[in-house]
Amino acid sequence: MPLKSLKSQPLLLTALLASTFLIGACSKSEGSKEVVRIDGSSTVFPITEAISEEFQNAKNIRVTVGISGTGGGFKKFCRGEVHITEASRPILTKEMEACKTAGIEYIELPIAYDALTVAVNPKNDFIQSMTVEELKTMWGPEAQAKIKTWKQVNPAWPDTELKLYGAGTDSGTFDYFTEAIVGKAKSSRGDFTASEDDNVLVNGVAGDKGALGYFGYAYYEENKDKLKAVPIVAKAGAPAVAPSDATVMDGTYQPLSRPLFIYVNATAAKDTPEVKAFIDYYLENATEIIKEVKFIPLPENEQKAVAAHWQEQKVGTGFGGTPEVGVKIEELLKRIK
Amino acid sequence: MTQASVLKNLDEVRAMIKRHKLNDYIFAIVGLIALMIGLLTLLTLFIDLVMDGFERFSLEFLTNYPSRRAVNAGLLSAWVGSLLVMVVTFLSAVPMGVAAGIYLEEYAPKNWFSDLIEINVTNLAGVPSIVYGLLALGLFVYILDLGQSILTAGLTLGLLILPVVIVATREAIRGIPVAIREAAYAVGATKWQVVSQHVIHYSFGGILTGVIIGMARALGETAPVITIGALTFIAFLPPSPVTTEPPFLNFEWLSSGFTVLPIQMFNWLSRPDHAFHVNAAATGALIIVVTLLMNGTAIWLRYRIRKNIKW
Repeated sequence: MPLKSLKSQPLLLTALLASTFLIGACSKSEGSKEVVRIDGSSTVFPITEAISEEFQNAKNIRVTVGISGTGGGFKKFCRGEVHITEASRPILTKEMEACKTAGIEYIELPIAYDALTVAVNPKNDFIQSMTVEELKTMWGPEAQAKIKTWKQVNPAWPDTELKLYGAGTDSGTFDYFTEAIVGKAKSSRGDFTASEDDNVLVNGVAGDKGALGYFGYAYYEENKDKLKAVPIVAKAGAPAVAPSDATVMDGTYQPLSRPLFIYVNATAAKDTPEVKAFIDYYLENATEIIKEVKFIPLPENEQKAVAAHWQEQKVGTGFGGTPEVGVKIEELLKRIK
Repeated sequence: MTQASVLKNLDEVRAMIKRHKLNDYIFAIVGLIALMIGLLTLLTLFIDLVMDGFERFSLEFLTNYPSRRAVNAGLLSAWVGSLLVMVVTFLSAVPMGVAAGIYLEEYAPKNWFSDLIEINVTNLAGVPSIVYGLLALGLFVYILDLGQSILTAGLTLGLLILPVVIVATREAIRGIPVAIREAAYAVGATKWQVVSQHVIHYSFGGILTGVIIGMARALGETAPVITIGALTFIAFLPPSPVTTEPPFLNFEWLSSGFTVLPIQMFNWLSRPDHAFHVNAAATGALIIVVTLLMNGTAIWLRYRIRKNIKW
């Protein structure tokens, strides 16, 4: 029996464990400071990640960010597992109830805009703009298994096959798009290619001449060479408006420009200095960082309104449990008493 | 029999041999193609990842925390997280798996009940990993209240590779000739002496192989780790397991939040900014290299240990 070779095995294990300890030893112990725990929407994640990175360097307070999606984030938030949740749509009725049952109050803070971008393949030469009505015909639940070609949506368009790419049904993006286009959150045809990963949608649209898809503005911005953004006509007689920083900030890109939110646990905001410091830092530095990660910052007057709202620590939501479309942020914040 | 008919017969036999040799040849080609499909796919994938991620291969990539700037973003919290989770996985799955394997092989009575257990263990090895994630979410996170921690993740992945370890242990033990056991008993060894001094020693190579292959699988698992709530952005390391004050050990790291390599990779891949896709490719290449190294070590150790065993 080769006892020699076996005796060297514990050595191997010891070496492995020792290296682990050494690595661990490099990390500074941070004492009893509370770690700011954040979870929620994958859409808002790049903004929060960037701010967390800067905040951690500046204030030496630790932050963790998870991605559970808007819905998953609210579930954790209403169980008190996280201090802050990110959301790409406002809190829904059943989530409000869950929070209420658990006795958790929240401060609703709009922090940036995103323009949901409807995009087609660059080889598509017949689409110059689309109306909300046309999008509704395309995406409504009635279209399921019926609307299969572009011609069926608008007789002026050719008889090419229509391939649809959209957000996964658990995402806030899906909730907002359906509310804005179909008129009812989560009401959509089911026979389209759905993905939580917007890059999948981008590649789908970029590789198929008859495709149409919708996703966050940042994904369009990064893939401009592969996609064509469709200007949207909000209602009959209105001009077609293409998504851009300017059209979102002046409020003309409707109805697909949407505010992004963070929800802060009201108790933590009051009693946990780390959370308060984080939000203070968030609101102060948002504009620069939001531009850097390709989202659209709030205009100055709205920023001021949000900052004031935070100072007053008003709890509750300005929405009635549905993702209302086209509401002004200042007006929204006034609704919260 | 005339000479002519013998010759004719010989021709037939020769033709038959020729035909069979051709069959041999065809099968060898088919086998080679089958092998190449697997190998070339892996190779293409790997080369593609390396080419995409090449510009990120540097020490900083391993020593930096995640960042919004792709060029500065690194894997530090992810690989430390993966390593710590693997330590817990190792410490939980290996003793349990090896003990269970030995019990089933050496101690358990051979009846319908142990057959049932055997079927179930083999079956467990095929259960999709997301099921383990859901089980762990209910059991470890909510019922046992272990939180979304390194401990939870380690135990979950430990459960996941437990069947692999058990099956590998049993296979390794079965490879030991009965004569070895009989010889030991003949000189008056007890069952435990036989198991601890002979069975475990001789099957060590096989068990180790199973363990390492299981660990390599656990390293690449994403679904169960996401299910139990691994983080995505974490720019600090868990508390150190050793301290300068007695008792010099600190178990706080077990309850720390964490992220692991595949999650970091997945997150980078879903970013709009293409620069992050480079990071994802580099991470993918790293995971493949580590997995290959682990499997390579398993083969090397098995070879070394087998070479030294002389019955």
